[in-house]
Amino acid sequence: MSAAYAADEMMAVAAARRLADGTVCFVGIGLPSRAANLARATHAPECVLIYESGTIGAKPEHLPLSIGDGELAETADTVVSVPEIFSYWLQAGRIDAGFLGAAQIDRYGNLNSTVIGDYDHPGVRLPGAGGAPEIATFCRETFVMLRHSARTFVQELDFCSTVGRGRVTAVVTDLCVLEPEPESDELALAELHPGVEVDQVLEATGWKLRVNGDVRAGEAPTADELEALRALKVAGAEDGA
Amino acid sequence: MAKVVPLSEAVGELVRDGDVVALEGFTHLIPCAAGHEVIRQGRRDLTLVRLTPDIVYDQLIGMGCARKLIFSWGGNPGVGSLHRFRDAVEHGWPQPLELEEHSHAGMAAAYAAGAAHLPFGVLRGYDGTDLTPRTRVAPLTCPFTGEQVAAVPAIRPDVGIIHAQQADEDGNVQLWGITGVQKETVLASERSIATVEEIVPRFEPRPGSVVLPSWVLSAVSLAPGGAHPSYAHGYYDRDNAFYVAWDEISRDRDQFTAWMREHVLETAGVPA
Repeated sequence: MSAAYAADEMMAVAAARRLADGTVCFVGIGLPSRAANLARATHAPECVLIYESGTIGAKPEHLPLSIGDGELAETADTVVSVPEIFSYWLQAGRIDAGFLGAAQIDRYGNLNSTVIGDYDHPGVRLPGAGGAPEIATFCRETFVMLRHSARTFVQELDFCSTVGRGRVTAVVTDLCVLEPEPESDELALAELHPGVEVDQVLEATGWKLRVNGDVRAGEAPTADELEALRALKVAGAEDGA
Repeated sequence: MAKVVPLSEAVGELVRDGDVVALEGFTHLIPCAAGHEVIRQGRRDLTLVRLTPDIVYDQLIGMGCARKLIFSWGGNPGVGSLHRFRDAVEHGWPQPLELEEHSHAGMAAAYAAGAAHLPFGVLRGYDGTDLTPRTRVAPLTCPFTGEQVAAVPAIRPDVGIIHAQQADEDGNVQLWGITGVQKETVLASERSIATVEEIVPRFEPRPGSVVLPSWVLSAVSLAPGGAHPSYAHGYYDRDNAFYVAWDEISRDRDQFTAWMREHVLETAGVPA
């Protein structure tokens, strides 16, 4: 039996388990970086982590606060320029897996990270597309990590920053895992985290979510996974950041 | 040949009202001291260019220096929103901010084209997104294979500004660690400024370093600590606590303005 754990920890563990050892992985900051570094600390020590600042094969001891923390460059196999990482490496198709977040996702896995409300008169101006459009296009697998709520899982995006349709492999949330149906590309409930009911997921989804006939029961984090996850400290956190 | 001059003189001579200005740095070596000098000298109507506008762009925007922003991701990395950027876009304070936004790959291609003095950069991208009608991107057919690709206009700033670890006494500049798009920024720009941590008699060779010869730069200025709160590899670490603190400082207009007065306007180039 495993110890008590938080929903965010379950999400990180569920995402990390999807990375096979040796996967070349394009990593964003926050939840994705936590999951990828957990994979590297547990079952996938040969995972190659690439951050968009140009650090290839980074092996950070701490979770970085930014995609360009010094530790990433110091521990990398090589550091290349930004034009090089996006052209020679990402667009050339050398990267197996990408991780993305967003403010909104629709039933096909399309993502909004640009604006809430009207583009010209925004309610909330978000940071923008960043590396996401080409990460979704050129990585062989794209994983999306989001906390599950009807504000995020919406009927219609306010803005499509990144085309996820036909490209997103799985959406890992704090409640479950969604996977696209092969024919329609529409996301469906494929796996429930322990203790989560189907109704909870349906309520937290802003469209009428399809439910696979054979929804898998996800496994709780193991003691080893939890220990490795909790050992990942954020850089600078010791200073009160 | 680059002139080795004080930062106030470099900015005074080379950055003009209405210019297209790129202060580049990809999380590392962000030219914050130079940005503060632009603010102190009261430049107006600038078109600011950068892949990842962060704190120093938030400051330039909040102090009313910018008319337009060309960018791909505007946030406080690892922390959240840029409140001054959001206030300008959402409420037009202190003035409206026109946006031209791309993906990182689009900006990178546009800088590489700019460095080569080509008219446009090429990538496979933008297809199917709502960015396409909102930004300067055009479909292009490959004349050899017929493949459909995307063209983005080259970035050719009036002034490119970077921060580096070292210059030598002749004004050659060396930077290492994460080097981002700094080489492209200098080579794409009509005029350019490099601020440096120190001026040394002669460079030691560094693996993976970028060396910009003096003759592609307009000015070199000594600015130790000039990348703070970002970092200078081999000199000082990223001040992660300041990025977190900025979220609070920048949230309120009056508090922001008071902070800028105390830490930027009423200083003489000492990095805040």
